[in-house]
Amino acid sequence: MAALRQIAFYGKGGIGKSTTSQNTLAALAEIGHRIMIVGCDPKADSTRLILHSKAQDTILSLAAAAGSVEDLELEEVLKVGYRDIKCVESGGPEPGVGCAGRGVITSINFLEENGAYEDLDYVSYDVLGDVVCGGFAMPIRENKAQEIYIVMSGEMMAMYAANNISKGILKYANSGGVRLGGLICNERQTDKELELAEAMAKKLGTQLIYFIPRDNIVQHAELRRMTVLEYAPDSMQAQHYRTLAHKIHDNVGKGIIPTPITMDELEDMLMEHGIMEAVDESVIGKSAAELAIA
Amino acid sequence: MTQNAEHVLDHFDLFRGPEYQQMLANKKKMFENPHDPAEVERVREWTKTPEYREKNFAREALTVNPAKACQPLGAVFAAVGFEGTIPFVHGSQGCVAYYRSHFSRHFKEPSSCVSSSMTEDAAVFGGLNNMIDGLANTYSMYKPKMIAVSTTCMAEVIGDDLNAFIKTAKEKGSVPAEYDVPFAHTPAFVGSHITGYDNVMKGIVEHFWDGKAGTAPKLERRPNGKINFIGGFDGYTVGNLREIKRLFGLMDVEYTILGDNSDVWDTPTDGEFRMYDGGTTLEEAADAVHAKATISMQEYCSEKTLPLIAAHGQEVLAFNHPVGVAATDKFLMEVSRITGKAIPESIARERGRFVDAIADSSAHIHGKKFAIYGDPDLCLGLAGFLLELGAEPTHVLATNGSKNWVNKVQALFDSSPFGKDCHVYGGKDLWHMRSLLFTDPVDFLIGNTYGKYLERDTGTPLIRIGFPIFDRHHHHRYPVWGYQGGMNVLVTILDKIFDEIDKSTIGTATTDFSFDIIR
Repeated sequence: MAALRQIAFYGKGGIGKSTTSQNTLAALAEIGHRIMIVGCDPKADSTRLILHSKAQDTILSLAAAAGSVEDLELEEVLKVGYRDIKCVESGGPEPGVGCAGRGVITSINFLEENGAYEDLDYVSYDVLGDVVCGGFAMPIRENKAQEIYIVMSGEMMAMYAANNISKGILKYANSGGVRLGGLICNERQTDKELELAEAMAKKLGTQLIYFIPRDNIVQHAELRRMTVLEYAPDSMQAQHYRTLAHKIHDNVGKGIIPTPITMDELEDMLMEHGIMEAVDESVIGKSAAELAIA
Repeated sequence: MTQNAEHVLDHFDLFRGPEYQQMLANKKKMFENPHDPAEVERVREWTKTPEYREKNFAREALTVNPAKACQPLGAVFAAVGFEGTIPFVHGSQGCVAYYRSHFSRHFKEPSSCVSSSMTEDAAVFGGLNNMIDGLANTYSMYKPKMIAVSTTCMAEVIGDDLNAFIKTAKEKGSVPAEYDVPFAHTPAFVGSHITGYDNVMKGIVEHFWDGKAGTAPKLERRPNGKINFIGGFDGYTVGNLREIKRLFGLMDVEYTILGDNSDVWDTPTDGEFRMYDGGTTLEEAADAVHAKATISMQEYCSEKTLPLIAAHGQEVLAFNHPVGVAATDKFLMEVSRITGKAIPESIARERGRFVDAIADSSAHIHGKKFAIYGDPDLCLGLAGFLLELGAEPTHVLATNGSKNWVNKVQALFDSSPFGKDCHVYGGKDLWHMRSLLFTDPVDFLIGNTYGKYLERDTGTPLIRIGFPIFDRHHHHRYPVWGYQGGMNVLVTILDKIFDEIDKSTIGTATTDFSFDIIR
């Protein structure tokens, strides 16, 4: 048995992390890998396409019902879906209360203590948004995910988030073994998207692993709570995810320590590619009326 | 009768004076919105009924007086058992003040422990800087040989990563790169002090045996004939560990006690302050990997440590705080089996004397009913001893007792005819115990100092065995393990039984029918 490989998907909210990760993992399962998905997002939608369910019962909601995490059994929280992919959702508090980060820590500790990591080839963590606090860094601590894949697009804020996540990885890269595996661009059809994504990858010292073109078939599959791999296995889009899966599989050990850039550098980069115009400092903070007088 | 410098009144007497009595009455009347005393009395009586007990046991989202403390307390307990080691608690100062005062009140000794002094800004930005400065200050001010790091609620909620933080602190020069800084995550809101003890013990063993967090090669085990001994979280650690050393000495057993805190909590008054004293040396902690076997005196204090040790190829076995003849027999025979050393005649004679003492007092203790609460292993040890004495451990309660523990206690009850009417309560608190003492009364309650309130409330005489004991001095110096330790427990129980008989026969010419000099 090959050594267990642990990877994580990070990215700006709404960028398509869960969709990308589930489709890619379904493709990995297709070629015989044994996989577990650990959803680290309080929304608990990291496994819906694999399980065909609205949202899986999360570790924390089950723990709340049972009284404490110690009262849970692994079988209660771990569900098996498409191609025997094991699925777990950590869950979290209602919006506006509590601490979601601690939820991630509690859930991952629970899985480790209960032997969930046995007999697997891949563990994939699906983590919301930025590395906003220690809890969301849990998957990149030592002995967990070795490679992080950042899902992004050609939008400014998606790139901003990618840069921030790289900062989080950098923090742990020196003391632990976590590396940036690469960027995955989920096409938004913004201007010069591929060019920008490649430039961003270069700035961060990494590579653009794959550029996933936009295709409505993903929406059709999502509405049926399925991955494209399952819904339309012969489609072009399914083929794209298969290619991405192969690339990730071959990327083992090729991760790097990222070189995040400053906000200024990021803006400079956008200007370089003509996405953002050079800013005339004299107009900053002036209203239309004021500018008209001038 | 106001206070004056010529004749200083203790608070016991002072507050009984008329001016204070008046003040207290006024305070109640004017500021405390008092209820009708008859109504208070009615509710008090109602809380003693089976009806209330049912409601009490249906309680879900509230704990009243839990009989447990938090993980970091156990973390500190384990850490001070190593030579020249200072426990470093990554969290706020208030938490550490609590651990220190708790131990000082029990052991009547100073307890040294530092915090990383986290405040609100550390909660927002992470505690890395506190770790860097804290380690540097601790290292230069208190000159420890080792700093054992554990955490509190705050550091755990924000998810501080000790491994990464300590590495970074070393890179920044807080302590030398090769300096020993073992660590354990000990969130106070998970488990109890026994979990914290286990985590730190595991963290220290892992540190020395498995390559010091990637900075040294892992140790290769070359088995020798020694055994390792882990005492677990134990209020009698001072007396118990010394008794264990005496017994092992008599048996000529070669051993290492992992976490020997018997000296640091019993330093002599001779003019020198000892911040550190005794303890397992760091060399011994590392060499312990070569031992033949590891014995834990408390199964539930070593649930994670023992599997780690077993994975290194050692035989591991755990007892449940053995007290009494059969439990001590089993312990000594296992030590004898593992080490191949015979149990000497001198120990056999101690056993004989202990059995003799039990026989002498049997008439008084046989058939008496007891309620016990405390840590899971202590409860098992005491319940086993009571059954052995022909007494009934009617209620056995551990707030930090798991389902597994409940089954184990039930199995113990089932093994003895005296266990027939006994019940075990895992995860319950002292307010549950209060209901039990009213609806199913017992003769005596065994517990720590907090049992005093139950004694006042229910009139059940309290026998103080457990941790913490703040209101009686020096019992931690006497063992409860071994045959001599068992003798101490027997005497403690008997003293209370006789005190109660004396109390109930104290009326001159009314209750003193018998010749009460002899019991």
